[in-house]
Amino acid sequence: MRKIVEHALIIRHREIVPTYFELEFIAPDIARQALPGQFVHLRVTRSLDPLLRRPFGIYNVEQKIGSVTVFYRVVGRGTAMLSDLHTAETVDVLGPLGNTFSIPSTMQRAVVVGGGVGIAPLVYLARVLAERKVEVMVLLGASTAGFLVGRDILKRLGVDYMVATDDGSEGLKGHVTELLERMIDRKRFDYIYACGPEPMMVKVTEIAQQNGIPGELSLEEHMACGIGACLGCAKKVRRPADGQDVYAKVCTDGPVFRIGEVVFNA
Amino acid sequence: MPDRKKKEKERPAVNLAVDLGGIPLRNPVTVASGTFGYGREYEEFVDLKRLGAVIVKGTTLEPRAGNPPPRIVETPAGMLNAIGLENPGVEAFVSEHLPYLAGRGVTIIANIAGDTVEEYAALAARLDGQPDLAGIEVNISCPNVKRGGMQFGTDPGMVREVVTAVRENTGKPLVVKLSPNVTDIVQMARVAVEAGADALSLINTLLGMAIDVEKQRPVLANVFGGLSGPAIKPVAVRMVYQVAREVDVPILGMGGIMSLGDVLEFLLAGATAVSVGTGNFVEPHLSQRLVGELESYLEARGIADVRELVGAAWGRNGR
Ligand SMILES: Cc1cc2nc3c(=O)[nH]c(=O)nc-3n(C[C@H](O)[C@H](O)[C@H](O)COP(=O)(O)OP(=O)(O)OC[C@H]3O[C@@H](n4cnc5c(N)ncnc54)[C@H](O)[C@@H]3O)c2cc1C
Ligand SMILES: Cc1cc2nc3c(=O)[nH]c(=O)nc-3n(C[C@H](O)[C@H](O)[C@H](O)COP(=O)(O)O)c2cc1C
Ligand code: FES
Repeated sequence: MRKIVEHALIIRHREIVPTYFELEFIAPDIARQALPGQFVHLRVTRSLDPLLRRPFGIYNVEQKIGSVTVFYRVVGRGTAMLSDLHTAETVDVLGPLGNTFSIPSTMQRAVVVGGGVGIAPLVYLARVLAERKVEVMVLLGASTAGFLVGRDILKRLGVDYMVATDDGSEGLKGHVTELLERMIDRKRFDYIYACGPEPMMVKVTEIAQQNGIPGELSLEEHMACGIGACLGCAKKVRRPADGQDVYAKVCTDGPVFRIGEVVFNA
Repeated sequence: MPDRKKKEKERPAVNLAVDLGGIPLRNPVTVASGTFGYGREYEEFVDLKRLGAVIVKGTTLEPRAGNPPPRIVETPAGMLNAIGLENPGVEAFVSEHLPYLAGRGVTIIANIAGDTVEEYAALAARLDGQPDLAGIEVNISCPNVKRGGMQFGTDPGMVREVVTAVRENTGKPLVVKLSPNVTDIVQMARVAVEAGADALSLINTLLGMAIDVEKQRPVLANVFGGLSGPAIKPVAVRMVYQVAREVDVPILGMGGIMSLGDVLEFLLAGATAVSVGTGNFVEPHLSQRLVGELESYLEARGIADVRELVGAAWGRNGR
């Protein structure tokens, strides 16, 4: 694995629904190496403000053309500036960064749980799982139907998915974790992958532990370097070896951590 | 020997080498402590041997866990950090990180920090015998636990005490890193030199804070953090200019360096060498790019020696 900086040509940049963007750029060296769960660190401007790069999970990769796609939501100044970049312009990309979701060989039926824009890195995971012929079901949650991320790709891949929306505009009315609770007995999942807002991850952890199912979570933390140098992205984790709570770097020890390893609210 | 001939031809027509208080640097571009890890983290982006020096992450006597998150927050053209000196302690530094870098031919400067004068002294003594270490940078922007947490670097008496103690325990070149959070930086500089500093580095981060207006709470768990990046550059250049004119030791200038222009500004203000800090986060290969750009600049301008630039902005009233 080699991390690199590419000045990547943007080939597609679309606002899918208001404030949700899909950005595809040509970065062959990153595409070739990218593993599910990894992220890229984008510079949103050449000027010095905003200064830091912005991390985004890898949403899709097309090896044939060497492209990488990210799916992001405009939440602040950096993402707003990113959304102003046009097709045929370039974007400064550092990647691929971070560790990857593991795919245990003993796994039979995986469930992938994504809340909001947190589904982005899981879509690429679902694709890799499907390509490896692992049985996988994706559970998607959003506030309303329009904000359900990644359905088109999942459909194309023929991956099973179910949805939950807070307003009931599609699928189950309620949280995606309720969907997980309903499906868990019926489907006998033996591995859980999740990414989303913290309360969702806390709930997923609870459900996984109650049912004795192992799995992994993808975390977010504010980052500067993205490569393990600044120690800015610390999250508390329980070291499996001795049960001690220590700080891990989300950018290089993560963003993927085992369920139960992450100490929430600490 | 065709190879040697070729090498001689490729040798730069200009001199980039400088001396930082007894530390020979191949060029004036170094990387700042805490922004470059132990060098390894940047190996994929930078040929570490090409840098003037790598100043590694601050080391304490014992391992430190660091502060709870959030530890960083972006601010206009800069960032605040409150890492809390997370590091594996001096023994791990000596046994793991130092040999790794030394094996790669890197000029290595350690950076030490402590809670007490005794800790600084012990660190200096421990590092003194390390042949692979070119020098020691002393971070005095740390709270003195025995003096109610007041920063060593903000009190002339404590600066003298800590630098003297370090000096007594090592023959290595000493670079004392000044805190900018003082009224009179020149006074601190003078005291540090009197106490035995071979060089001074400035500036460390400026104390700042940010408040989350939604939560109506400070953003950083530590409440306060150190401001770095382009936002602090004018303050840093000013302090380098003031100090360089008043002391006789070389200065390592830093604070917001992002471009060749910034490097030149620090040299012209009187710095003998510079450190790239927060810029490494934005552009991982920035330090090496700046080495190349500085060399090209000197060649293009017909400046034979980079040292000609040092303090050149002082004008007629300078020395
Ligand atoms: C590993 C990882 C993967 C991510 N993947 C995605 C993704 O696929 N799609 C997506 O929409 N978002 C993703 N995020 C979150 C995304 O990085 C932030 O939404 C974005 O940085 C916000 O920038 P801003 O300038 O618009 O917001 P501002 O709030 O103005 O940003 C200010 C600072 O805070 C940081 N910041 C703010 N929110 C977050 C956050 N949630 N996580 C980390 N840093 C943050 C910014 O990077 C910046 O340094 C991911 C974050 C991480 C750590
Ligand atoms: C994340 C971070 C960690 C730092 N850690 C240290 C440290 O351990 N010791 C030290 O002397 N300075 C430390 N510094 C200060 C830098 O070395 C430098 O003095 C300062 O950031 C100003 O330069 P810059 O604006 O180019 O970053 C740190 C700075 C940052 C941003
Ligand atoms: S973002 Fe710098 S160490 Fe993780």
